[in-house]
Amino acid sequence: MIEYRSISKTFADGTEAVADFSLELPSRTTTVLVGSSGCGKTTLLRMVNRMVDPTHGEVLIDDVDIATRNRVELRRSIGYVMQHAGLLPHRKVTDNVATVLRLNGVSKKEANARAHEVLETVGLDSSHASKYPSQLSGGQQQRVGVARGLAADPNILLMDEPFGAVDPIVRDELQRELLRLQHDLDKTIVFVTHDIDEAFLLGDQVVILKQGGVVAQVGSPAEILANPADDFVRSFVGLDKGGRTLHIEEREGTSIVVDSTGKATGVLAE
Amino acid sequence: MSVVDDTIDWFSDGSHWSGDDGVPSRLLEHLGYSALTVGVAAAVAIPLGLWIGHTGRLRGVAVALTGSMRALPTLGLLTWFALFIPLGLTAPILALVILAIPPLLAGAYSGLESVDRQTIDAARAMGMTELQILSRVEVPLALPLIIGGIRSAVLQVVATATVAAYVGLGGLGRYIIDGQAVSDYPRMVSGSILVIVLALALDAVFVGLQKIAVGGRAPALSSSSS
Amino acid sequence: MTWAWDNREQVLDLTLTHAWLSAVPMLLGFVIALPVGWYASRHRRLRGSLLSVGSILYSIPSLPLFVILPGVIGTGFLSPLNVVVALTIYAAAIMVRSATDAFTSVSPPVLDAATATGYSSRQRGLTVELPLAGPVLLAGLRVVSVSTVSLVSVGALIGVSNLGSLFTDGYRRDFTTEILVGVAGIVLLALLFDALLVLAGRLLMPWASLTRPSGVQ
Repeated sequence: MIEYRSISKTFADGTEAVADFSLELPSRTTTVLVGSSGCGKTTLLRMVNRMVDPTHGEVLIDDVDIATRNRVELRRSIGYVMQHAGLLPHRKVTDNVATVLRLNGVSKKEANARAHEVLETVGLDSSHASKYPSQLSGGQQQRVGVARGLAADPNILLMDEPFGAVDPIVRDELQRELLRLQHDLDKTIVFVTHDIDEAFLLGDQVVILKQGGVVAQVGSPAEILANPADDFVRSFVGLDKGGRTLHIEEREGTSIVVDSTGKATGVLAE
Repeated sequence: MSVVDDTIDWFSDGSHWSGDDGVPSRLLEHLGYSALTVGVAAAVAIPLGLWIGHTGRLRGVAVALTGSMRALPTLGLLTWFALFIPLGLTAPILALVILAIPPLLAGAYSGLESVDRQTIDAARAMGMTELQILSRVEVPLALPLIIGGIRSAVLQVVATATVAAYVGLGGLGRYIIDGQAVSDYPRMVSGSILVIVLALALDAVFVGLQKIAVGGRAPALSSSSS
Repeated sequence: MTWAWDNREQVLDLTLTHAWLSAVPMLLGFVIALPVGWYASRHRRLRGSLLSVGSILYSIPSLPLFVILPGVIGTGFLSPLNVVVALTIYAAAIMVRSATDAFTSVSPPVLDAATATGYSSRQRGLTVELPLAGPVLLAGLRVVSVSTVSLVSVGALIGVSNLGSLFTDGYRRDFTTEILVGVAGIVLLALLFDALLVLAGRLLMPWASLTRPSGVQ
């Protein structure tokens, strides 16, 4: 379990990114931090692997204050996936995936075997293994990034807008892959995005953030949609624009699901 | 065309190829001074440049220093040092080392600066120590520019070592300086040709090294870098 | 430094000669490099070879080049022309790379818009591309300026009179002050040229200093 206790962060140039943030993230679930840019979501994410240290407050993993743990060792035990994959351009795909394993002293042979295994898990076949990152498409690079994060079999996976830089079709695929992976692997995932639809799709627990790390609402997607905490949430989630308020209408002899502006959005499943 | 004939005669003269003033001897001297100079300068400048590039500190100072040292006239530095330390070769070598530092320093820190910040961030987030980040990620990716800095330094030193013959250094420059003293034009031209060939040969070697350093990555990268 | 004052006429004379020997190659090099660089920016296949030639020329050490030029182009042995020609070659070599980069850096959408508006190729070249390539060209010129002013001094070794003569003279007479005056003179001259270039840049390209506050760093 990950816990933020009264976290605040002020950067060297005076920006107050987060002010008094507290949250519990249950193990083996996906928590999504969602908000517009500047709300502190990435800062909060990066506190878990100590890429950023809080000015006040503690972050605890399984009841241990991570400030007492060695940074390098901490980072090697947590998977991190970023927006543009951050792959090492001068290393082949397999070597990239095996990086953390090698850092932990695993033999080259074992590390490579494990790398191939993980690459398959994320849906990349072995023909890509000997390629360099620049020879892969954006979506493929992101998959390698996820594979790299999973290679050392960490309990925690941190994902910072990992699907933000790929086109919508690829993003869809990757989101579905992630859901399948989570179903199979049961990791504790902390996911950052600015896209509320992605948050609702992927999150067991969704945290909507305002500027300065202020929590607007925490809950499951259903809870948030059913009981938005205030107008900010209502607006952020899109409840005020009518796209989410649906009802059924009879049109041309069929039952169609229609939003409040009258736009036909779908059909009811049997 | 008699200049060409005279020069060919000079090269054909066997006596010019043996002894202390012979071509092999002078060539080795020149290479020796150059290697020594670049080696010493690199030992100082490259670690410093790597530190500046990795931490980002003192960058302003470094840029100002390398920029302003390009304005220093080499002959001025050589003669000034030679008057202060008149005996032996300390003065010219010292001057050569000082002049070799700027390109090496610049190559190192600009090489590191050219590495994508995101790649470094990812490496740090994966749990690499600072030293591992430097040695496994930054330096390999910065290698073409670092080698470029060495290349500049080598050319600079070979050229300046030639001029340094004026203040007593050996090497191929002796043909030019000594030749001028006795108005032996063929000797001057021959010496000049030797230095030019040496410089171009060394340049070609380093260009080759740079290509190899870039080629370690995917094909897409090497075509855009020349 | 009273020596400098006492001999000010001589020093001034040398400075003027030095300035002249620096300015001519810079100008000629620029004029040569501009069309070559423009051409190279348009023809990718040629670009590689042109830049390689430039790189090779720039790798030739200066003193040897001064020495062999009389043989190659038939100038007098002690003639300042050797220095001018050699330095022009260097200036052109550096500037060709600079000019190529400058012209390739002009944003394609802007060029496209200019053509669509109705500029002829020549008009576009002179009134759109050239000004927009200006900042990078200026940066290249500033580099050329510093190295040219410095290299002129080597000409003193083949008897071409310039501030570098203070080095040879001072060395022969065991007189360090004279050498320092020479160094100071060259550094000051380089700074002066640089200041003039920056000023010219501000006057000719007022828009450039707005968008890039730190100039051409």
